[in-house]
This record gives sequence, C-alpha cells and structure tokens, in this order.
Amino acid sequence: MKHAWLEKNSIVLLIAIILVVAVGGAVEIAPLFWVNGTVEKVSGMRPYTPLELAGRNIYVREGCYVCHSQQIRTLRDEVERYGHYSLAAESMYDHPFQWGSERTGPDLARVGGKYSDEWHRAHLADPRAAVPESIMPPYRFLFSKPLDYRQVRNMLLANRTVGVPYSDEQVAQAKADLEAQADPNADGLEDFQKRYPKAAARDFDGNPALISEGDALIAYMQMLGTLVDFKSYQASAPEHRR
Amino acid sequence: MQAQVSESPWRFDHYFVPLVIVLGLLAALFEAAWSHDPRMVAQAWIFGACMAITGAWYLWMYVGRTPKDESQPYADDVVRAGVIASMFWGIAGMLVGVIIALQLSFPHLFYLPDQAWTNFGRLRPLHTSAVIFAFGGNVLIATSFYVVQRTCRARLWGGSLSWLVFWGYNAFIVLAGTGYLLGISQSREYAEPEWYADIWLTIVWVCYLLVFMGTLWKRREPHIYVANWFYLAFIITIAILHIVNNLAVPVSLLETQSYSLFSGVQDALTQWWYGHNAVAFYLTVPFLAIMYYFIPKRAERPVYSYRLSILHFWSLTFIYIWAGPHHLLYTALPDWAQTLGMTFSIILWMPSWGGMINGMMTLSGAWDKLRTDPVLRMMVVSVAFYGMATFEGPVMSIKAVNALSHYTNWTVGHVHSGALGWVAYISFGAIYCLVPWLWKKKLYSNAMVEWHFWLSALGIVLYITSMWVAGIMQGLMWRAYNDFGFLEYAFVEVVEAMHPYYIIRALGGLLFLAGTLLMAFNLWKTIRSGSPAAAPAPAPVPAVEAA
Repeated sequence: MKHAWLEKNSIVLLIAIILVVAVGGAVEIAPLFWVNGTVEKVSGMRPYTPLELAGRNIYVREGCYVCHSQQIRTLRDEVERYGHYSLAAESMYDHPFQWGSERTGPDLARVGGKYSDEWHRAHLADPRAAVPESIMPPYRFLFSKPLDYRQVRNMLLANRTVGVPYSDEQVAQAKADLEAQADPNADGLEDFQKRYPKAAARDFDGNPALISEGDALIAYMQMLGTLVDFKSYQASAPEHRR
Repeated sequence: MQAQVSESPWRFDHYFVPLVIVLGLLAALFEAAWSHDPRMVAQAWIFGACMAITGAWYLWMYVGRTPKDESQPYADDVVRAGVIASMFWGIAGMLVGVIIALQLSFPHLFYLPDQAWTNFGRLRPLHTSAVIFAFGGNVLIATSFYVVQRTCRARLWGGSLSWLVFWGYNAFIVLAGTGYLLGISQSREYAEPEWYADIWLTIVWVCYLLVFMGTLWKRREPHIYVANWFYLAFIITIAILHIVNNLAVPVSLLETQSYSLFSGVQDALTQWWYGHNAVAFYLTVPFLAIMYYFIPKRAERPVYSYRLSILHFWSLTFIYIWAGPHHLLYTALPDWAQTLGMTFSIILWMPSWGGMINGMMTLSGAWDKLRTDPVLRMMVVSVAFYGMATFEGPVMSIKAVNALSHYTNWTVGHVHSGALGWVAYISFGAIYCLVPWLWKKKLYSNAMVEWHFWLSALGIVLYITSMWVAGIMQGLMWRAYNDFGFLEYAFVEVVEAMHPYYIIRALGGLLFLAGTLLMAFNLWKTIRSGSPAAAPAPAPVPAVEAA
C-alpha cells in the first residue's frame, strides 16, 4: 500500500488513525474489566458510610490528591513507613480512585486510626502548629462551615448506579445515617451500626453543635485503610499472585 | 470559493452557530434558576456571561453584514484572536505556577487560612489547566487554523464555525478555571472539570474536528501535508480520550458533582491512559505539527526526511497509547499491565527521537541562522528539549528507576523540561513567527527576543536541575536505612530538606514568567507600532515539498 493513498484521502487517514490508537487501549485496559483476579477477594470491604462519602467529596474538592497519594507500593521502605501495601480491593468502591501521583505530603492510604481526631483538628486548622516544618495549606474553614448534605441520598444513588452495592435501606436512610454517625447521642445510632458494621460514630470535630465539613473529612480519614482484615489475607496465596 | 458577499447564499453556520450559543445560554439560565447548589449557580452565571458575550459578538459581526475577513482568501481573524488568547492565558497560567511554587517555599506567607480558594490544592489544577489547555490549547487552535489553510490552499470550512470553536473553547477554560477556585473538581489529573464542562467541551471539539476535516476536504493540494496528519491525530484522539475518561454519573442534573463510571484499579488505568496521552496527543503530537510547519518555514529548508516523518508518525501514534501504566508501577495494577506499559514506554524512545531528528536535521545547511535568528534558535532548542524529555521519560518508566523517582519532584522536573523547554518554546517560536505574518508588521525588537530566550533558558535550567536534585534526594531519603535497620528519616525531615530547592524552582519559574512578559510587550509593540513588513507574508508551502 502506498502511503500517498492515506495522504490523499482525509477520511481514510482519519479512520487509520482511530484504528491505530484503539489497539493499545483495547489490549491493555479492556481486559481489566473481565480478567478474574484484577481485584482480589478480601474480607472487610464495605461501601463508605454517608458521612465518610461526604468527607471524601471534600477530600476531592480540596484537591488533597495533588500532594497525598493513597497507594502504598510493594516496596520494603513503603511498607515499613506506611503499612501493608495497597490492594486493588481497597479502592473497589472508589469513584473516582484517589491513588495520587505525588508525595509532597505523606501517603494517606492507611492514615486511619494513626492519629487522634484532636490531632487531625489541630493539624488541619493550622498545619504548622502541629508540625512546624509542614508546608500544607491551612483548612480552618472546614470547622466553621456546616456540611452540605442536601443531596446525600442522590450521592448514594449515583454511587449505586456506577456499581457500589448500597442497599435500598442504606439509600433511604442516608440522611439519618449521616447524622447518627456524627452525633453519638443520636437516636438512629443502632440502626446505623447495623447497616455499617464496625463504622466509628462520634463527634469527629469536637463541636457537638454543628455537623461541619471537618466532621466529614475526619470521619473519612479515620477509616482510610482500616477495612480489610489482613489477618485473613494471605499474600502468598496463588490467587493473589498476579 | 466565491466571495459573494452582497447576496449571501444559505449557510448552515448562520443557523448552527447562533443555535449553539442560544442553547448554551438557555442551559445556563436553567441551572441558574433551578439549582440549589450555590457552586452550580455561580458556574451557570459565569457560563451564561460567556455565552452572552459570544452572542453579542455574533450579532455585531454577522447581523446585517458580512465581516471583512470573509472576503479574504484565508480566515486569519480567528487565528489572530487565538494568538492573543494564548498570550493572555500563558501569562495567567505561569503566574499561578509561580504563586504555587512560592506557597510550597514559604507556606506561612502565601496561604490565607480562611480563603479556601487560595489553597494549593485548588490552584494547582488551575495552573496545569491554564498552561496546558488554555495556553497550549489556544496555541494549537490558532496554529492549526493557520497551517491547515496554507497547506491546503483553502479557506477554513464552516464560516463562523471556527469562531464558535474559539469562543466555545475559551468559555470552557473560564468554566473550568473558576470551577477549581469554587471547589469543583473530579480529581482526575488534567481532566478535573466536571461533567457539564466536559459535555460542553465535547460539543466544541466536534465543531473543531468538522472545521479541520472540512478544510481538508476542500483543499486544492493533492496531498495532505505532514503537519496536518499530526493535527488530525491530536483532534480525534483527544476526543476519544476525553469522552472515555470522563464517563461519570452526576449526583443530579442540578449539581456540580459526579461519580466516575469506573472505580479503583480500572479507574486508575483509564485515567492514566488518558493522562499519559494528554502528554502524547495534546502536548506532543500537535506541537510536532507546529515543528513540521514553522521550522521549515523559518529556516527556509525542506523537512529533512519524508520517509522518517511517515515512520515516526505512525509508530508514535501506535505506541504512545500503551504507555499509561508506567504511572502505576508497583501499585495494585496487575503485573502484566505494568510490564506492558513499561515495555512500550521504552520502545517509545525511538519514534520520539525520529521526530526530533527530523526536526533538527531540517536545519541542514541553515545552521548559521541560529546565530542571527533568536526565534529559530528558540524552536531548535525546543526540539532539543523534546529529545531530552523523551529520553528521560523512558528511563523513568523502567521499574527500577521508577521505584525511586515516582511520587518525587523528579517527575515534576521531567514534566517541566518537556512543558517549558519543548511545548512553551515551540509555541513561543510559532507565535513570534505568526504575529509579524498576521499583522504584516516587522517584529518590534529582536534584542528583546534574545533577552526572552536567555532569561527563560536560565529559568528552565534552574527549574529542572533543582527538581532533579530534590527528587532524587527525596527518593533516596525515603528509602534510607540506618545501621540498625530502621528507616533513617521521618517524612517531615524530607519535606524540610526540599526547602532550598523549592525556592530555586520558584526563582526559575519567575525568570520564565519574566521572559513571557517581555515577549507579550514585544508583540504588543509590534502590533501597535511596528513598522510594516518589507515583504508580504510568505507564500504557502507546497504540501509535498518534503517529498
């Protein structure tokens, strides 16, 4: 075939370009959706609670992913610094993923439970008061701003549409669950804990009078990387070697 | 193509363009009236204002008259507008870059604790989008419209449709940029704008493809010139990447937020398939088109090798698509995909250097011009930076190297050697060519171009060397062990060690910005008061000159 043919027919050239660029994506990305074992089976994963999901929205909104990764690589120093390397299953409900690309600040994949709520509050409000060398921006406004959760039910519904297995009950009770998780004295606490086993419910921002954006963000950060039961996870099992 | 201006025949763009503007305006009013999301309401008013301006412009230009530009053989007004927009966004984007570099250098001075919109997390996407999509995008729209007309010897197809591309694209930029400041982001790097902005961009982009293809159809040259292959690959591939990567379900049609269709590992690979090919098909392929038109023009030499251009065009478009997984080495992405991505990234070195060699060797017999023509020098240096960055990239995608370099400032340095050295320099070169050609004036000051060149070159050197040192140091410190087998450094000690390099980087950025300001002044003086060019604008290049 003479190349001149392509050079003289714009439509043929256009189609040829589409075909040539389609190959890579088709071979490399498409199989990830059906190859078994792309996402390993683990115990402990559950969808985010409404409050955690709202916190995650704030994490996304403020661009935290710009400086913080959420992906511990399979390298000795990373595992020693941050904990068990990240599994694909741990981000299976993440729409979108938050693996990040830079570590201007430390990895946050397993930050949950490492610091107290109080530390998070002080650090977010004024990073250099907690860590003098820090170069992180201050997020004081999160603690005075009421959390906007008008759309919490639709948030869960949108997540269900893209594949997160929220039950009808979880969707219907989204608002009550959000309020229950941020207020330890709420009526709906028991029902909430039935719907989201082991999820922590407390006043995360230290201000019982207000469900603030800080409540949501800290609730999200405190559960990061804590779901998978690593006692029952066997890294050397054949199905996990891929 | 007759210039029948007196009795205007039926033209689809006279209906289509106002229709799109009105629909855009209606959509904005709908959101402004019904949305309870304050961020959506703000975006609706901003977009509505953009559409109102575009509409007013259209009425002024087309109602009851035909613009003078339409009786010219080539549609150059839209190219002029693109050049001006490029300079405006270039300065804005680089300025934001300097500000965020200063934020990392002096966090106690450059953050405002109660002003969420001034934080690094919101300004960083503003910087990347402003320089890539606003500056780069306008350069590409302007140069592609200029080049496709000259090399096809045909006026842009679609009449005012090309103006819709210009105004619509810049409305997208405004929507995206103000969105970041308001806290609207889908957190996909280099694809942060939310669903409604993505839909608008898709509409604009299809118009762009139509204008470009339409102009190719009516060309009066048998062959499609090599630069146009690259522009076409850019337009169509970006459309595919944009649509697939932005598949999402909005919370509601009245809310800004959406959730991506894919999750976790599949989402990560889709995003980096997009992300790396934004580098490939946005920041490389169409800028190679600029290289293929402007360097031969300026050097007055034919392209070095026609065969090489065919070879590296097809191998580049085929191989680049595979390189995405090198952003995800040692992560939860399956090993087979990681290895595939790494392998293709290394192979990619060859077609990249094919392009570099073809650009460089075009100077054969004209090397002496580098001494006297700072514009040509800028473009040739940009091709050299392209060669450097496309060697560094494959090296960094080797797993063992990536283990050290990933997550560090080395990546930032690498990106900027490509972005400043290659993309910005070739763009500057093209604009320095275009302004005298379009406005038919002599460039105001060659000495100022010399100053621009050396200021920005020094800026690039400071930027990339400081980030290399910082990045490699960062990687080594993270993995350093002491004699007892424990990690030697706390994370924050590494942050502290970055301080001097962040300052040097900010200084480098500042020098680069200063150069761009000088350029803007020079161009402004050229347009406003420059003396008329002695010779008329150069004649079109024959399309197969290279053969």
